[in-house]
Amino acid sequence: MPRILMKGNEAIAEAALRAGATNYFCYPITPQTEVAEYLAHRMPEVGGVFLQAESEIAVGNILFGAASTGKRVFTSSSSPGISLMQEAISYMAGAHLPCVIVNIMRGGPGLGGILPAQSDYFQATKGGGHGDYRLLVLAPSTIQEAVDLTMQAFYLADKYRNPVMVIGDGMIGQMMEPVEFPEKYEEPPLPPKDWACTGARGREPHIIKSLFLDPLALEKNNLLLYQKYEKMKAEEVRFELYKTKTENKILIVSYGTMARICQTAIDELETESISVGLFRPITLFPYPEKELYAEAARKNIKTVLVIEMSIGQMVEDVERVVRGIKPIKFFGRTGGVVPSPEEAKEQIKELLKKEAGTRKRKTRKG
Amino acid sequence: MEDSKIIFSRPTALKPTVTHYCPGCTHGVIHRLVAEVLDELNLREKTLGVAPVGCSVFAYNYINTDFLEAPHGRAPALATGFKRLRPDMIVFTYQGDGDLASIGMGEIVHAANRGEKFTVIFVNNGIYGMTGGQMAPTTLEGQITTTSPKGRNVAEVGMPIRICELLSSLVTPAYLERVAVHTPQHIIRAKRAVRKAFTYQTQNRCFSLVEFLSTCPTNWGLTPGESVRWVEENTLKYYPLGCFKDPDKEVKTDGTV
Repeated sequence: MPRILMKGNEAIAEAALRAGATNYFCYPITPQTEVAEYLAHRMPEVGGVFLQAESEIAVGNILFGAASTGKRVFTSSSSPGISLMQEAISYMAGAHLPCVIVNIMRGGPGLGGILPAQSDYFQATKGGGHGDYRLLVLAPSTIQEAVDLTMQAFYLADKYRNPVMVIGDGMIGQMMEPVEFPEKYEEPPLPPKDWACTGARGREPHIIKSLFLDPLALEKNNLLLYQKYEKMKAEEVRFELYKTKTENKILIVSYGTMARICQTAIDELETESISVGLFRPITLFPYPEKELYAEAARKNIKTVLVIEMSIGQMVEDVERVVRGIKPIKFFGRTGGVVPSPEEAKEQIKELLKKEAGTRKRKTRKG
Repeated sequence: MEDSKIIFSRPTALKPTVTHYCPGCTHGVIHRLVAEVLDELNLREKTLGVAPVGCSVFAYNYINTDFLEAPHGRAPALATGFKRLRPDMIVFTYQGDGDLASIGMGEIVHAANRGEKFTVIFVNNGIYGMTGGQMAPTTLEGQITTTSPKGRNVAEVGMPIRICELLSSLVTPAYLERVAVHTPQHIIRAKRAVRKAFTYQTQNRCFSLVEFLSTCPTNWGLTPGESVRWVEENTLKYYPLGCFKDPDKEVKTDGTV
């Protein structure tokens, strides 16, 4: 396939369709409405189902009903809309239903703004809806990666019978970049969907539900969910290292397009003979715990610097993972303000200056 | 015995089990009517039910088809998603008045207006049963409930909502009928409406909803016999029976057919 220039939202839509989701239910919200506009004409071309519903509450629940057929289903929205879908997401997790939900994040809380943010990290990774459940959360940093992860999200949703969220800040939706779709989409074999509702012909009825009035039965269901999350931790962790070298004193931790801004800062600092590395989580749940710990634990690393488009959310996971073995600094802008490479560089230089000062003092004392 | 034949039996669409419903509650009768129609139209094996939140959340323990259990009020959204992907199957929701007329008002109105091709079995007993007798949007004026201990004050909370009348104002074609099941005659008429609703669905004609005026002796604080009289003397006066919309009949500007 040739590389084509596409807007993130449209590329995500096309990726979902090529991964086998020939249906889409939606409600308009900036900055991801192009997914709907693209699929409004694309779905009929492939004989698929396109439906604009009355609210995100309805969309989430329409997705619930659609997922029960066993077909691949997905929707997309942005932060306030994703909040409204939390009811259905919790129910789908409880009922072991696969689906893919794309969140192109905007600034919050409340109606917030329409500019890029990463302030739904807690909502995506720590629950969002009620109950003991998790989503598998994928965070692309380029449009190509958004395409690849969106397609893989359907496989992962089916593998675990669990909702999967693809989470990108507004730039992932709005940016245009060259993308390539695989000639033929292939994935490992999956078990048959023998749980789907297809009509009780020659078998006992299938009942898809999340109500267990007996606490022991509910606990049993929750333990089944827990086993899936443990399996995700063992098999699905993804991350990327950028220019992590033995002479680096600072390890940056950042995800999504924020990580790319950090890469620009890192490249520019390189021309000033300053070497800094980046750890980029790709799965936000399961979080790359062991891998980040190992990188932070390296002798040469003096400080871990977390940079986010939020007032500090993922930093709590970094603190949890690094467990106090290295000091952690946080820098973030919030409300739709995107930290610039200059700001990132400034943070890094300041840390290095402090670090040099501390070393001097230590040497003098010694 | 050779000449004998079975003229009455449990429908195959009804599981051979005892229900959890209270004495005098009409859910059992309504379940049976749905099951009989599914059998008669030979639909059971390609039917999906969507259960609500409320007393009838356990409808899947009694009606012998595939089932989804919806969040409170969202059954029409689940039914929409399922039916849009499986138009070859028969889909019905089974919803109470708290579920459909209160928390699920948005979902039912929009599903009806889109003309979704599924059937709604709407059971209106004017009260929240499962949570123990609270006021519903359908509770009659002056009716005592645990959250309207002095009777429904319509100056504060408005008049009871008439769902069939409300939905009949939508221009999209639909089949809407209100029935009762407190006497054998009413049950026979109610079954005709259920059969019509499912028949329209098999023909892919329109959205269909049958509203059942039901009872709740436990939370009304009445005996089963008194509950039947309550329906006769109170419920029927505010909620007139009849067909409010039919795709075969012209809709008049005043909303009647």
